[in-house]
Amino acid sequence: MGSRASTLLREEEIEEIKKETGFSHSQITRLYSRFTSLDKGENGTLREDQVNFRGFMRTLAHFRPVEDNEKNKNPPTTEPLNSRTNKLLFAFRLYDLDRDDKISRDELLQVLRMMVGVNISDEQLGSIADRTIQEADQNGDNCISFQEFMKVLEKVDVEQKMSIRFLH
Amino acid sequence: MEPFVFLGNKSGASWMTFALILCCAVGTCELQEPKPTVPNDFQTVSPTQDDINKPQVFPEKEKTNLPMFTLHYSRIQVPFEFTMWVLLASFAKIGFNIYQKVTIWIPESCLLIGIGLIVGAIMHSVKEEPPAVLSSNVFFLYMLPPIVLDSGYFMPTRPFFENVGTVLWYAVVGTLWNSIGIGLSLFAICQFEVFGVQDINLQENLLFASIISAVDPVAALNVFDDVGVNEQMYIVIFGEGLFNDAVTVVLYSMFAFMTDMPVVESIDVFLGVARFFVVGIGGTLFGFLFGFVAAFTSRFTNKVREIEPLFIFMFSYLSYLVAELFAISSVMAIIVCAITMKYYVEENVSQRSCTTIRHVVKMLATISETLIFFFLGVVTITTEHEWNWAYILFTLLFAFMWRGLGILVLTQIVNPFRTIQLSLRDQFGLAYGGLRGAICFALVFTLPESTNRRNLFVTASIAIIIFTVAVQGISIRPIVECIKIRRTNKDLNTINVEIHTRTMEHVICGIEDLCGQWGHYYWKDKFKKFNDRVLRRILLRDNRAESSIVSLYKRLELQNAIELLDTPMGDISAAPSLVSLQDEKKEASRPKKKFLAADIKKMHNILSKNMYKIRHRTMVSKYNLPEDSRTREILIRRHASIRRSLRAGSFREQPAQSIAKSQKYYSLQPGGNLDSAFALRRQSHAVSELEHLQSSGASPRSSSRSLVPLKRLNTIEEPTAASEHPGGRAGSGSRGRKPPVPAPRRRSSRRAEEEEENNVVSEHPAGGEEQDPPPPQGWVPENRDPRENEAEDPLLRPSSRRPQRSQTP
Repeated sequence: MGSRASTLLREEEIEEIKKETGFSHSQITRLYSRFTSLDKGENGTLREDQVNFRGFMRTLAHFRPVEDNEKNKNPPTTEPLNSRTNKLLFAFRLYDLDRDDKISRDELLQVLRMMVGVNISDEQLGSIADRTIQEADQNGDNCISFQEFMKVLEKVDVEQKMSIRFLH
Repeated sequence: MEPFVFLGNKSGASWMTFALILCCAVGTCELQEPKPTVPNDFQTVSPTQDDINKPQVFPEKEKTNLPMFTLHYSRIQVPFEFTMWVLLASFAKIGFNIYQKVTIWIPESCLLIGIGLIVGAIMHSVKEEPPAVLSSNVFFLYMLPPIVLDSGYFMPTRPFFENVGTVLWYAVVGTLWNSIGIGLSLFAICQFEVFGVQDINLQENLLFASIISAVDPVAALNVFDDVGVNEQMYIVIFGEGLFNDAVTVVLYSMFAFMTDMPVVESIDVFLGVARFFVVGIGGTLFGFLFGFVAAFTSRFTNKVREIEPLFIFMFSYLSYLVAELFAISSVMAIIVCAITMKYYVEENVSQRSCTTIRHVVKMLATISETLIFFFLGVVTITTEHEWNWAYILFTLLFAFMWRGLGILVLTQIVNPFRTIQLSLRDQFGLAYGGLRGAICFALVFTLPESTNRRNLFVTASIAIIIFTVAVQGISIRPIVECIKIRRTNKDLNTINVEIHTRTMEHVICGIEDLCGQWGHYYWKDKFKKFNDRVLRRILLRDNRAESSIVSLYKRLELQNAIELLDTPMGDISAAPSLVSLQDEKKEASRPKKKFLAADIKKMHNILSKNMYKIRHRTMVSKYNLPEDSRTREILIRRHASIRRSLRAGSFREQPAQSIAKSQKYYSLQPGGNLDSAFALRRQSHAVSELEHLQSSGASPRSSSRSLVPLKRLNTIEEPTAASEHPGGRAGSGSRGRKPPVPAPRRRSSRRAEEEEENNVVSEHPAGGEEQDPPPPQGWVPENRDPRENEAEDPLLRPSSRRPQRSQTP
């Protein structure tokens, strides 16, 4: 599997992915073999959603740990995918399903329902959602915008919580 | 306010100093009674002192009449002295805390040593011996367990388990590194004739090194806690300090054994290593065993609430003693026992017992620690010293050097395995925070008298302890602030944070799974499943799971409600909303208005009766309630939103029908045991109590919703036999006047150390649940009907509702 995987992945592609996501060569190869093992249909994509390998890597790149020494190298022109803001954006998008850049009460309720389980009534969940929005909402539109989201989580150690250690 | 307080402080301080000196004098006076035998063990009462004490009994011999005043000092001597010493040390503590600034800049342990030195000097000048508090038995059997229990009980479990590898790595390997390094270097120094310590051989050096490599970062921890350093650093140093007790004791006994032997063979070293594992793992196993037994016992103690805390203490102490019996690591045993049992016990036990346990644990630990540092000061003056500049200075030097090197090297090795790496600053903080303390002191005193150069070792240990506590303890605060160690914000008591961090954890779990990696979230998940399926069933009396989000929410609502009552015009502030709502309702008739006003009062009475207990608890809490303005704001917004919803849903049907339905439903509950059904009913009666207060049967339900801040709360479960009156809920007429019956207290969210008092004690909903929530957003339309049925008791646990729910988790 390993050798086959690497032949399917061209060197230039690896370089591109490396530049875009910041993974190392060995990490990319390893993740590619993982991707192919997940990819049952062997059509280069995962599931029906057509996530190809680039998309896969891009998503995973969000979870790279933030490195301190990135300041030392020449700062990349665009923000690296695993910066704090991008991590928060990723989390924000989990809630914001209709992509209107706001978390409405419904969207919040859906996520809450999934997380809290069946033991809670909708009433109570509704009040929790209400309280959540009230805590975060600054401009009174009863939705949480990305800025408000960031503000609420400003003291949380997002870099730690949204990172995993990728094996080489 | 400032000058006033200052004046108060000044007079207070002088009064305290006076009291302190008085106490000292009295104490030493008492001790001046000839004490032939210094009791080794406070528990032995010495009845045979009569002959010697006779001279002190003055008037008796001369008179033949019935004596008016007699003194029986010998009878009470031991407990009396113990009490006096404890009081003295505690007065010292009061004394320091008068000036806030003092304790900020100088760690308390340092101050205590200082006072101890003074008292020691006084005692020395009157040629008195201090009580032998620090003899082996007294220290290890009485003074150490409370401290370790406290550390174990209040250990923040989540960060601990996230960093357990690192913690154990530093504790075990770090201590080994330190002791061997220091021992070997000291041995090298001993080779030089000029220092005059040639007679100390390798084993003795190693023994001494193992004694002083025990890190006791109490003072450093206080500073870290105050400053709020990042979680990883805090838990690493906390855990290291805790677990290296175990390692040190093992090393000590190993080296002590070896010193007696003329020749050390390799087999002994090998056995030593094996013994270490036996000791460590054995201690852990014993801890688990006793922890589970304690948790299991607490399941059945609901009829004997008064002695519930006793079980906790007895089992922990028992684990310690039994481990000592088998000569395995008692420190590990008691820590593991505390960690294991805390989670389950706090769910089984009543609110009061929980508070009692926490409070007593803290109290015992504080007394113990205070006494230890105090006696450190006293004993410094009164023991025989042997001072050897070279040895002591080199010990200091090597202690620093090896700790610094050790942290550096070990971190380099362990960092690649960590998600969040320890930066250089963190490492410096760790190295610098390695103070020495009580364990070191006690161990050195337990060295047998026959040990070569014992006095030198004692002196060296004391010197190191005092030096590290004083110098490092005082300077660590400015250094930590200066080098800008990464900090964390502990005050994250918002729902948002809880929800979003949970989301992130789920995401990480998923991503880890996607990548085919087994991070610790995988194990956490596995453990959670095992816990839910097996452990909770066995160990908990009342196994109803609750999401941490929900418990945090309840806690926050409760705090809001308390603040509402706390405002000077407490009763009235809720009333305007009610009254104004009534104004908005055109259909509200006059008589109803009057009724409502009176009801508000009644309701407030009941709530304050129950909430009063809560307030007491929260006052003991270390952390304050969230800032007023913020919660007020949220409160106001909630009022507004409720008002909006009331306008929208003004014409609702009576609760009667839905109540009847729900009542029927409860009685028909399949598979549920009678207990839970009654529990549900009990709670529903509490609701009805409050509902009755707010609205007569015919008034629109909407009005009851106005008391929104007090909405989502259940009452406390008290151990009294709850009167169970099923039925009678349908219709307003039969609503009884029963006192609100409490619901089982829930474990609150995972921040163990913060939640001293923030348990979920909740008040009952103000009956507003029969209504539909604010205009339906249409997200789960199919659940509207069931929702109305269960609407009264949204907080009730679940099993009743599962069959109705068509949702997937």
